[in-house]
Amino acid sequence: MQLTLWTYEAPPHVGAMRIATAMNGLHYVLHAPQGDTYADLLFTMIERLDRRPPVTYSTFQARDLGGDTAQLFQTAVKEAYERFRPEAILVGASCTAELIQDDPGGLARALALPVPVIPLELPAYQRKENWGASETFYRLVRALAGPQAPPPGEKRPGRKAATAPSCNILGPTALGFRHRDDVFEVTRLLERLGVEVHRVAPLGARPGDIARLGDADFNVVLYPEVAETAARWLERSFGQPWTKTVPIGVGATRDFIAEVAALADLDPTPLLSGQDCRLPWYSRSVDSNYFTGKRVFIFGDATHALAAARIADQELGFKVVGLGTYSREFARSLREAAKGYGVEALITDDYLEVEARVAELQPELVLGTQMERHIAKRLGIGCAVISSPVHVQDFPARYSPQMGFEGANVIFDTWVHPLVMGLEEHLLAMFRDDFEFHDGAIPSHLGVSTAEGDERRTTLPSAALSETSAVTWEEDAEEELRKVPFFVRGKARRNTERFALDQGLAIISIETLYDAKAHFGR
Amino acid sequence: MSEAPAGPPAGLRAKGCGEATVLRERGQREVFCGLTGIVWLHRKIQDAFFLVVGSRTCAHLIQSAAGVMIFAEPRFATAIIDERDLAGLADLHEELDRVVTRLLERRPEIRLLFLVGSCPSEVIKLDLSRAAARLSESFAPRVRILNYSGSGIETTFTQGEDACLASLVPELPAEPQRSGPSLLVVGALADVVEDQLRRLFGDLGVGPLHFLPPRRSPELPPVGPQTLFLLAQPFLADTARALEERGATRLAAPFPLGAEGTTLWLKAAADAWGVPRTRFHAVTAPGQDRARRAIAHSAQQLSGKSVFFFPDSQLEVPLARFLSRELSMEPIEVGSPYLHREHLAEELRLLPPGTLLSEGQDVERQLDRCRAARPYLTVCGLGLANPLEAEGLATKWSIELLFTPIQGYDQAGDLAELFARPLTRRDRLVA
Repeated sequence: MQLTLWTYEAPPHVGAMRIATAMNGLHYVLHAPQGDTYADLLFTMIERLDRRPPVTYSTFQARDLGGDTAQLFQTAVKEAYERFRPEAILVGASCTAELIQDDPGGLARALALPVPVIPLELPAYQRKENWGASETFYRLVRALAGPQAPPPGEKRPGRKAATAPSCNILGPTALGFRHRDDVFEVTRLLERLGVEVHRVAPLGARPGDIARLGDADFNVVLYPEVAETAARWLERSFGQPWTKTVPIGVGATRDFIAEVAALADLDPTPLLSGQDCRLPWYSRSVDSNYFTGKRVFIFGDATHALAAARIADQELGFKVVGLGTYSREFARSLREAAKGYGVEALITDDYLEVEARVAELQPELVLGTQMERHIAKRLGIGCAVISSPVHVQDFPARYSPQMGFEGANVIFDTWVHPLVMGLEEHLLAMFRDDFEFHDGAIPSHLGVSTAEGDERRTTLPSAALSETSAVTWEEDAEEELRKVPFFVRGKARRNTERFALDQGLAIISIETLYDAKAHFGR
Repeated sequence: MSEAPAGPPAGLRAKGCGEATVLRERGQREVFCGLTGIVWLHRKIQDAFFLVVGSRTCAHLIQSAAGVMIFAEPRFATAIIDERDLAGLADLHEELDRVVTRLLERRPEIRLLFLVGSCPSEVIKLDLSRAAARLSESFAPRVRILNYSGSGIETTFTQGEDACLASLVPELPAEPQRSGPSLLVVGALADVVEDQLRRLFGDLGVGPLHFLPPRRSPELPPVGPQTLFLLAQPFLADTARALEERGATRLAAPFPLGAEGTTLWLKAAADAWGVPRTRFHAVTAPGQDRARRAIAHSAQQLSGKSVFFFPDSQLEVPLARFLSRELSMEPIEVGSPYLHREHLAEELRLLPPGTLLSEGQDVERQLDRCRAARPYLTVCGLGLANPLEAEGLATKWSIELLFTPIQGYDQAGDLAELFARPLTRRDRLVA
C-alpha cells in the first residue's frame, strides 16, 4: 500500500484508452463501475477533443455484484457493437472489475461478433498507464497484423528497385505530449530524406491500417514507452528493423537522420547540411553566455528526460545536476545516462521524493512535468514542462513539436524563457538595492507575486539545507550572504556550507564565504 | 440494457403536482463517483484530511477532477492498494495503519481523518469502520478518525458528501437539556453564503443556528429532539435519516436556489419559529429585490429558451425549477441520478406540468433524445460538454454548480449568469 498525493501515471486501462481514442473504427468496452467514466474528460477537457472517446463502460453497481455482472458486460459489448459498428473491439477490465474476475475476453468472444475482438489483460494493481498503452498497442498489432505475417524463417523479400523506401511511424497516441505536432515534423523530415511514410499508428489509424503495418520496410519508433514492444514483435514477425534514436534535440535529430538513412539506404548529407535550425546559432550567440553552467534538474518520462539531459548538456551548455524518471521500465537506460553526467538517477513515482530532491539540489532551472512545475513554483525556481502527465496547457493552439529541427527551436524558446537572461541578469545585480528590485520582488515572469510566495521562495530552500548541514553562520557572514543576488544566493549558501564541511569548519565567517567563492569560481 | 424505450411515452411526465412519473433508465452512466466530493469537502472542513483507500484509478480521478493540481500540499491522498495487499487481508490492515501513522506524523495539524472507501476496497470487503475504530484508539484525543464510502458502486458524485456528513452525525454532541429549539443547516455551503444566511436568520430571530459540516472539526454542532434542520442541498438522504435517528426534525422546503427558492426555504424556518409575516417580509424583501434585479440581467438571454439536463449532481430538479419559474426557460428533460421523492416534494410541485423527468442513465439513449430535441442549452458533465459543443449544442458544464457559490439571494444573479454565459459567448463569437 502506497501513500500517494499525486500520481504521475493513470492506471493501465487509461493507457488502453489513449490507444483506442487515437484510432478510428476501433471501440473499447471496459468492464468498470460508475465513476470510471471520469477518464473521458481527460480527452474532452485536457486534449479538447471534439468527440467522446470510443469507450463503453459496463457501469456495474453494488447491487449487481451478487447477480450477473457478466451478463451486464455482454450486453454492453453487444449494444456498443450495434451502435458504433467498429471494425475491431478491445475488451478489458478496470481495477474493480479485475477483482470480480468476469473474464471480459471470454464473454465477448462468446458473442461471436463478426469483427476481431481483442482481449486486454492489464493488471491494475501492478502496472500503470504507459505500460497499459504499450501492451494494448502490442496486442492490437499482434492480433490484426499477425495473420499477414510470413511463415517463420521465410526471408523478407527485397524492396523493388523503382520504389521509394517506406516506414511506419509508431507510438503517437491520444493525450500524448505534443504527439500531434511531432508526427507532422517527423513525417516532413522523412519525406525530405526520400522515405515514404506508409502508416502512422496508433494516431489516426484504422484497424485495417494496423493489419498492413508489415508492408513497410522499417519502423520509426517515436515513443519507446508506447511502441517498443510492438516494434520488437514486428521485427521478429516481419523482419522490419526499427529506429533506436528519438529525434528530440539537434544532435539526436542528426543521429536519427543518419540512422534512418542507413536503414533506407539513402544519402543523409543534403538534409544534414541544411541550416534550418536556429538552436545552434542562438546557443552560440553572446547573450547565451549566461546559460553556461546553469544548474538544471530534469524529471519526466524516460524518453523526454533522456533527450532533455542531452540537449541541456551538449546544446545549451547547462549543467545537469539531477536526472530522473517515473518510468521504471526504462530505469536502466536512465541510470546509465545519469552516470555520464556524474549524477545519481532518481527513479521514483513518489512526488514527495522528487520535491525533496529539488529542494536539496537548488537548481536554477527545473525541466519536468506539470508536477515539477508546481514544485518549482513553490521553491521560486524557473521551470519548463518537457513531458507527460499532461495539462490543458500542453496542447497549445500553435504548432509546437518537440522533435526534429523545429522541435529544437521550440525547446530553445520554452526553456530559455523561465531563465533570467543575459543583460537582464546584470541589471538585476546592479540595481538590487533599488526599491523596486528588493529581494522580495520576483521577476514577473516567474509568476509569483504574493507576499506568501516571497516568503516561501526565500526561506524554504535555505531552511531545508541548513537542517542537513552541521555548520552555523556567523551573523555578519549571513549579512554578507544577503548581498549576493537572490537568484544565486541559494547556490552560494550551498557551496559555502559544502566548502566549510570539506574544510572541517563548524562556523562560517565572511572569510569562509569568500574562500568558498574563490574555491568554486563563480 | 435500458428498461424503457428511447422515446418517452406520454405518461412519464411531471404533472406539476408532485405526482410525476419518471423515465427510469439503466446503462452507461456518464457521472463521477462519490470520491469527487472530496474536492470541495476538504476546502470546507479546514482541519480534515481525506484518505481514500483504493486504486491508482481513485488517485487519478481526484487529481483530474481537482483541475489537475492545487498549489498547497492537498489535504487528501490515496492509499493505493497493490498486488501484495491483495494477497491477504490481515496485511492490508497493518499496511493501512502504517500509512495512516506516516500521514499523521507528516501532518500534525490534522484533527479529523476520513478513511474513504472505494470500489476496490468495497469489493474486497476491507472493513474501514473497524480500521477507523482501531486507529481512533491509537490517535485519540488528538485526531478523530471516521470512515465512509465514496465508491462508484454505491455512490454517485454528490452522494459522497452525503456519506461523509452522515458519518459525522454520530459524532455530534447531544443538544443541552431544555435548551429550546435550534436550527441546523445541513450541506456544504461556501463560507460567504453561510455568513449571509447567518445574518438573515439572525435578523429573523431564528436560532441558535449551526451548520453541518462545520468549518473546523471541534465546532461540530449539537443535535437532539429539539433540533430542526433545513437541507441546503438536495442530495443528503442518508444524512437526513441519521439526523432524524438522533431525534431531529426536517423542515420541508424547496432548496435555496433563486429568489423564490431562498424565500421559501427561509420561510420554512421562520414559520417553525413563529416569525410574524411583517417581520419576515421586512427582513427578506431587500434580498428578494436584489436577487430579482440581478437575475433580470440574464432574463433576456434565457427567457423562452429550452434546457436539457443530463444527470449529475441531483441539483437538476431545483435548478430546472429556478430556470423555469424565475427565467421562463422550458425544461425539456430533467435527468437526475436519483430522485428523492420526499426531499424533492416541494420542488416537484413547482415544476411546469409536462416536464420529462428521468432517473438513472443510459447515456447513449439520452444523447439520442438530446440530439433529437436540440435544446438551446444542455447541462451536462465534462465528458460530454465539448463533444456536444462540437455538434453545435450550447452546454453548461455542471460541475461548476458545485464549485461556485450559488445558494441564497445574493448568488441568484450569479447562478442565472452561469447559464446565460455559454449563450452570450456564442452570440459574441463571429469567427
